[in-house]
Formats: sequence, C-alpha cells, structure tokens
Amino acid sequence: MVPSHVTWNLVDDWQQLVQYDFMRHALLAGGIAAVLCGAVGCFVVLRGLSFATDTLTHVGFAGASGAVVIGLSPVAGLLGLTALMAVALGALEQRLRGRDVVIGMILVLTLGLGLFFLRLYRGYSNETYALLFGSILALSLRDVAVVAVGAVIALAALAAIFRPLLFASLDEQLAEARGVPVRAVATAFLLVLAVAVTAATQVIGALLAVALLIAPGATAQRLTTRPVTWLLLSVAIALGVTWTGLALAFWQPYPASFFITSLSTLTYLAARLVTAGAVLSRLRPATRPAPAAEG
Amino acid sequence: MPCIASTLTNAPLSWNPVDDLNQLFTYPFMRSAYLAGTATAIVAGVVGYFVVLRGLSFAGHSLSLMGFAGATGARVAGVDPLVGLLVVDGAGALLIGALARRPRGRDVVVGIVLTGTLGLGLLFLRLSRAGEALPVLVGDVLGISAAEVTIVEVAAAMIVVLVAVAFRPLLLSSLDEEVAEARGVPTRAMSLLLLLLLAATTAVATPIVGVLLTFSLLVAPAATASLISGRPPLVVGLSIALGVLYIWIGLGVSYWVDMPPSVFVTAMAFAVYVGVRTAGTLAAWRAAAPSRPPAA
Repeated sequence: MVPSHVTWNLVDDWQQLVQYDFMRHALLAGGIAAVLCGAVGCFVVLRGLSFATDTLTHVGFAGASGAVVIGLSPVAGLLGLTALMAVALGALEQRLRGRDVVIGMILVLTLGLGLFFLRLYRGYSNETYALLFGSILALSLRDVAVVAVGAVIALAALAAIFRPLLFASLDEQLAEARGVPVRAVATAFLLVLAVAVTAATQVIGALLAVALLIAPGATAQRLTTRPVTWLLLSVAIALGVTWTGLALAFWQPYPASFFITSLSTLTYLAARLVTAGAVLSRLRPATRPAPAAEG
Repeated sequence: MPCIASTLTNAPLSWNPVDDLNQLFTYPFMRSAYLAGTATAIVAGVVGYFVVLRGLSFAGHSLSLMGFAGATGARVAGVDPLVGLLVVDGAGALLIGALARRPRGRDVVVGIVLTGTLGLGLLFLRLSRAGEALPVLVGDVLGISAAEVTIVEVAAAMIVVLVAVAFRPLLLSSLDEEVAEARGVPTRAMSLLLLLLLAATTAVATPIVGVLLTFSLLVAPAATASLISGRPPLVVGLSIALGVLYIWIGLGVSYWVDMPPSVFVTAMAFAVYVGVRTAGTLAAWRAAAPSRPPAA
C-alpha cells in the first residue's frame, strides 16, 4: 500500500484515509475506545485511580497471554482477568486510600504472572509485540464489533451510575449519609474501567493503554470545573488525539500508538502551560486572592 | 530471555545441597549474576524503604518502565545503555518533581510522564530496527560481563552511601513534612533527591534484572519489612535481607527450572507479603478478642 500525499485539503485527506478497509476499522475501533476511555478517564482522575488503572492494564496483559497459553481468545482472557481484578480492587478500595503499596504488591504478582505465561507461550514475538504496543491497523471487522459491543454496554452502565458516582467521587461521606450505595457504585465503576482497559489495550496496547485513560481526563480537568463540560471535553480530546494519531501513522512510517501517546502527553503539557500562564496573569494585578495553584 | 536451564546441559539436581551449590558456581556467568543480583537487591532494599514510606510505588514502577525508552534510545543513539537509562530516568524524575509539587494529584502526572516516555520507547524500538522488546523488559541476567558487575557494584555503593549520609533529613521529611520544614530541612530538595536516587537505582538495575524485576525488588521487600517492624534501621535491614534472599533463591531455582528468575522472585515476594499480612491480622484479632478463661 502506497498512500498518496497529504494535500492540506482535509476532505480529500479524509477520503484517502477511509478508502482502505483497515483504516476504516482502525478509525472506528479507535473512536469507540477513545469515547469510552475519555469518559471513564474523568473518574479515574477524580478518584485518584491512576496507579490502579495502570495495574489493570498489566493484569490485562497477563490475562491475554494466559488465555493464549490455554487456548482461549486473548480478548476473553483480557476482559476476564481485568474484571476479576476490578472486583478484588473494589473490595479493597476502602483500605486502599493512600496505600499504594497494596496496589504495588498486586502489580508485582501480576508482572510475574504475565512473564510466566509469556515464557510458556514460546511463539511470543509478534503476538507479544501486538499485545504490548497495540495492533490497531490489523483489526478485523469482528474485533471492531467486540470493542463496539463492550463499549456500548460500558457506556450505558456509566450513564446509569453517573450521578451517584459523581456524588460519591466528590464527597464520599456525604454521599454515604444520603444513602448512596458507595461500595456498589465503586465496584460498578471498576468493572466499567475493566472494559475500558480492554478496549484501550486492543487499540494502543497494554503498555500504553494508560495514555488514553488518564491524559484526556487530566487535561480536561485543567480547563474546566463543570462536570459535564469536563466529561465532554475529555471525550473530545481522546477522540482528537486518537484520530489525529491514526492519520499521522497513515502518512508517516511510525507506529500509531507512538503518535497517540505523544499527542496525549503534549496536550496535557500544553494545558498545564496555559493554566499556569492564566494563573500568573491573574496574579500580577494582585487585586484578588490568588486561586490555589495546583501541584 | 534469561532462562538458564534451557541454555545449559547441566547435571540434574542431586539433592545434595553442597554439590548443587558447587555446580551452580562453576559457571562464571552464574557468579556474575549472583554478584550483580545481590548488589541490586541491596540498593533496591535501601531505596525501597523510602519508596514505601512516601507512597512512591507508582513512581518507582514508572521509572523502571521508562528504562525501556532509555535502553532503546541508547541503541538508536549508539551509546551505552546505562547512559540512555540514566538520561531518561533522570529526566523523568525531574519532570515528575517539577509537575507534581505536592503528593496530591502526583499519580496523574506520573501516569502521563510514563505513557509519554513509553511512546518514545516504542518509536526508538522502531528506529533501532532491533525488533525485540522483551529482553529489555525482562533483563538479561545471564549476559552480564565482569565489567558490568563492577559498574553495578560501584553505583550501588554510591547510592547506598548517599542515602546513609542523607538518612536523617530524608526520614524526617518523609515522616512529617511540616515538622521537617520547621526544623529547617529542605523538604523540596529531599523529595527531589529521593526521586533522583530512585531514577539512578532503576537505571543501574534495569539492564541487569530487567524492568519487571527492578520494580518488584524496590517495593516487595520493603513493603513486607514495614509490616514486620516500625523501627527504620530494622526495616531497612530486613528489606535488604529479604531482597537478597529472594534473588538468591530465584537465581538458584531458575538454574534448574526453565523459567526466568523474575517469575520466582515475584511469586515468592508476593507469597511472603501475603503470609506476613495474614499473620499480622490474625495476631491483631487474637489480641482484640476477649481472652477466654483458662480451661480448668
């Protein structure tokens, strides 16, 4: 396949992109995963679950390689083990606040397990690479359908628990006093997170999945304080970096995962610069008290 | 991949411990592996104490994973892997320190710096056209040269001495930042120093034991040791002892069983941690339960 050149005519470029089956599949699966991850990412940031999310991606890797060893489909192992671990983390969550050592120990076990399966599964080279770094340009229509079905269910669940989840994330004690089933909501969210991790792993790989799950939510948090705007902005950023990354990978000889993660990181850094600049310019007149600079 | 048994036609396990150990150490690379592994375990045990105390597990995990970009980047630039690791891990530690001035919200910054760096690592992997990602992730404990053993030992000694010199201010600012500040301890500098020490530790350990095992040795022994005791010097000592024990057993077992040492080390470390935690919970229960009248 020799793609033609970028033309600066966006409509032409878009038509070039979508004339290939594999690009249509990639844009579709990437877009669906980005919407899900962007929405879920807000709550990952709000609830301080970055490390848990990162651990879940490694759990996914162990699950996928384990499934291959016993002859199951990697997606089944990926989703199965992440969901199982999500329930376990949900049971532990109350005790996990500020105790990242416990997650660290789960991660130690998971990494060893992943390596163990990898060793058992000798034909590792290509499949391992795909699992670690994603294989979005090689997705079949069936893969896209799996991602789509999972994402729709997860998004519906997220919409159903949205209000109690937001309440519980902002003020857990108050939510509990008002009768919100805090534990159940937390576990439900972790299950949604497991689906999002699975989708992101399919698109950009286990090592990089965290990029779509943390960066857009964290970037959007810098730019707004209203929950719904935050959510929509995060989804838009995730979608933007994923599609831009895919388009760049279409014309440039470098992996799509690289472009997607770099763009997510750069967007976050840009947002940090913009907000730091805004805080500085507001500080200078010194007419009102400085808003708390964040750290 | 460091699978020792598959590369050797070694004699089977004789169940005579002295013979078995003699056989183990007849190979120079096993001696190198043991020396480098021990140095790594010691320095990881010392630095790991502060990692656990300050809740830096995620940062430790990220810095060791960033080593992936360091190693592949060094390949692209044509420099020694250690240089690439030191540059990338050092830059990562400084970036985390600059973007996350307070513990709150630090894990978001760590996650973003981590993925950005890993993306770069993927680019370097592609550029260097040496397709294998795995040896970097798993380490190559077999391929250690005598020169590398010396480098690890010297670097480990330097890090340990540095921690020993700064032990009191580091400890004070980790336990109670406000009190430390009131006493004139430069807490910002201390937390940056700790991140840089962490970066140096992972940079030195990663080419030897790989990304995965580096993290395990940083967190697991120190986490277990802090469950056992509350006295800092004792915790550091215990954490060193546990780490060294894990790596010795792991290397020994992987000599006879066709699996990388990391698998045994992580499994052992997790099992011991769970065991100690369970024992602690049971003891707490027993202490809390009303003592029954002694059977007459």
